[in-house]
Amino acid sequence: MVRGVSRRGLLGGGAAAVGLAGAYGLGRVEDPATGAAGAGEERYPFRGEHQAGIVTPAQDRLHFAAFDVTTDSRDELVALLQLWTAAAERMTGGGPAGPVGPVEGAADLPPDDTGEAIGLPASGLTLTFGFGPGLFRDAGGTDRFGLADRQPASLQDLPHFPGDQLVGRRTGGDLCVQACAQDPQVAVHAIRNLARIGFGTVAIRWSQLGFGRTSSTTAAQDTPRNLFGFKDGTANVRAEDDTALGEHVWVGADDDAAGSWLAGGSYLVARRINMTIETWDRQTLAEQEGIVGRAKGTGAPLSGGEETTPPDFAMPGSNDQPVIPVDAHVRVVHPSSNGGAQMLRRGYNFVDGTNELGGLDAGLFFLAFVRDPATDFVPVQLAMARSDALMEYLKVTGSALFAVPPGVGEGEHVGQALFT
Amino acid sequence: MTHLRPLTATLAALALGGGLSACTENAPAGDAAGGEGRALSVSSTSDACEVSAEEAPAGTLTFDVTNAGDEVTEFYLLAEDGLRIVAEVENVGPNLSRQLVVDAPAGEYVTVCKPGMVGEGIRSAFTVTPSDEEVVVSADEQQLVDTAETSYQAYVQDQSDQLVVGTEAFVAAYTSGDDDRAREIYPEARTHWERIETVAESFGDLDPQMDAREADLEPGQAWTGWHLLEKDLWPQRAQGYTPLTEAERARYAGKLMDDTETLDSRLGEMEFTVDQIANGSRGLLEEVATGKVTGEEEYWSRTDLYDFQANVDGARVGFEGVEPLLQEKDPELAAQLDLRFTDLQDLLDEQRRGDGFVGYDEVPAGEVKQLADAVNALSEPLSRLTAAVLA
Repeated sequence: MVRGVSRRGLLGGGAAAVGLAGAYGLGRVEDPATGAAGAGEERYPFRGEHQAGIVTPAQDRLHFAAFDVTTDSRDELVALLQLWTAAAERMTGGGPAGPVGPVEGAADLPPDDTGEAIGLPASGLTLTFGFGPGLFRDAGGTDRFGLADRQPASLQDLPHFPGDQLVGRRTGGDLCVQACAQDPQVAVHAIRNLARIGFGTVAIRWSQLGFGRTSSTTAAQDTPRNLFGFKDGTANVRAEDDTALGEHVWVGADDDAAGSWLAGGSYLVARRINMTIETWDRQTLAEQEGIVGRAKGTGAPLSGGEETTPPDFAMPGSNDQPVIPVDAHVRVVHPSSNGGAQMLRRGYNFVDGTNELGGLDAGLFFLAFVRDPATDFVPVQLAMARSDALMEYLKVTGSALFAVPPGVGEGEHVGQALFT
Repeated sequence: MTHLRPLTATLAALALGGGLSACTENAPAGDAAGGEGRALSVSSTSDACEVSAEEAPAGTLTFDVTNAGDEVTEFYLLAEDGLRIVAEVENVGPNLSRQLVVDAPAGEYVTVCKPGMVGEGIRSAFTVTPSDEEVVVSADEQQLVDTAETSYQAYVQDQSDQLVVGTEAFVAAYTSGDDDRAREIYPEARTHWERIETVAESFGDLDPQMDAREADLEPGQAWTGWHLLEKDLWPQRAQGYTPLTEAERARYAGKLMDDTETLDSRLGEMEFTVDQIANGSRGLLEEVATGKVTGEEEYWSRTDLYDFQANVDGARVGFEGVEPLLQEKDPELAAQLDLRFTDLQDLLDEQRRGDGFVGYDEVPAGEVKQLADAVNALSEPLSRLTAAVLA
């Protein structure tokens, strides 16, 4: 086992934290030195039944990176996954990326950690790894690493959806790493160092920064707001709901014969959804609420009640129309409109400065974990593209799908079951 | 021209008498080099240089140098004559500690702290006693070092000679108004500059005169050199450009020729140590990463890929010069570097046209990205070359 030294000095907690993995698989691991979790001190075990960063209470900051694999060698690919596993375990434990450290090494060598996280706590960092369709077959159908016969049937490039205006340099990828933390510097540090370790084996294809989680993944978390100003993720699959997780998030052992290695894992859908912010802001409050189908202030459905009150889609309104409009977002994407489809959403707001016309290059970096994208995501996205009033203010500029292998056991590297 | 570390800055620092046997490093904590009296501490103040022991057994010694004074200090281990530097650590600021790790054979030495970095320093005698861990640089290794140093010196001089010849031909065509011929020769002549760029640009007076890009100029700084003439030959991207007059052409081209000859005479006197060669190899790849793969170096002519190739040539020559040494010390790194040089060269070869290269603007964005990826893939292990060669 690789045990990192905390960037804040030896807390002596490496072993204890791992030992608690079973009991605290979902929850916060307290700082074993003090018995209490201080600001930014929360740590989540890297190893466990499922990868962290899915049902983990959504952190505030994101750096998401998609990589192209540049080597043709399966051995080099596996070696990288081993190096990444060791680095991820160190960094999520609050330690440096490399075994030596940012300032502890030889003066005539570049440090094996880049140093911008010196003195910063683990900050709840989670690193979640995924495999894209291109890892199994390249665009020409060639089996790159002897993995083609293990490609799950649902791991295909997502179909083109109406309204997609995808930008090639924000789309696809052979591997992905989702870094979430309470401190953006900690998340960026993790991606930067993993990319550095990967030079020569992988190259970053695109990456996305996010701030302000737009979903809550546990019942205890408040529902945050997206850049439209509305509460987002009210009807999310929650960490406490084992039934829903089993039905809609975790891949089952018998879901896919070729993809049996993915059992206990999930699929990660990433969509960069630009919002035409300026136009949206000119809609009246009533129009905005009609488009979303919820009250902007409380988040309650327009059929009444509180935020968590189930919407009553049949409730009649004026002019012989239901009170929740037929093209309201909440209706179009609701499980009852989509054969029960549900997902665990874990998206983030993004603002990447401004575009050439001075408008905000902003929106929602949509991340969702599903058991099968073919049943839990594609139908919902198609319904949205077809009939959601919100689509007028959205433009999807990036898109990718990854298979997220199950958790990493002791002595294993991430995704090991795929390579054995 | 760039603002990367100039080679001259390390010249003095690396004039190590013992050459290979010395290196400064901060050893990993808990991995201290000697439990049996080989770990020493040094406290340097304005008027004292306290070494924790007066002797140590031969082997790998670690001096933990702490500056307890209020001026920047240096610590040296000198040979018995008090002149030859066996190992040194420089630039230890107040309240800072640095480690000096040195393989020291038995013998008499002198330790020196130099607070303020001037004068003779504060000296004490130091003895290294015989032990069974004694390290000697083998005759074979010294031979490899000598060969690497001699052949790199010859390479630099040969490239410098060819730069003079190429520049002469370029200047002749350009001043006689044969612009087509001048445009042909331009990237070929500059190839010889770019192959030894980290050495050539180490002269702080010549580099800005010869290789400054328009964007590099400070307000009021006169622009001369290659890139001024480049713009005059390829003014298509310039707005409202006024061509140079015949007299201006003669003046600027003449100055370039003079500077090239000055450079040539200075390069003839330079010698190189293996660590300079290894650092130069890394430095040339940094030139590629910052100026060539981005298409910034040859803004007017778009001949960046010639420079790209020339930088890679020079980096490879440097690497291959020290490769026999590296094979002894870290064959895995040698194999990796060899492979990645080849990968990068394969990609560059795809951009060849005739005897040269396509223009930078003709390379599709996806292929530029591939080149950049290959440069990163090579540069990362290359950043460990110097330490590995000196290990």
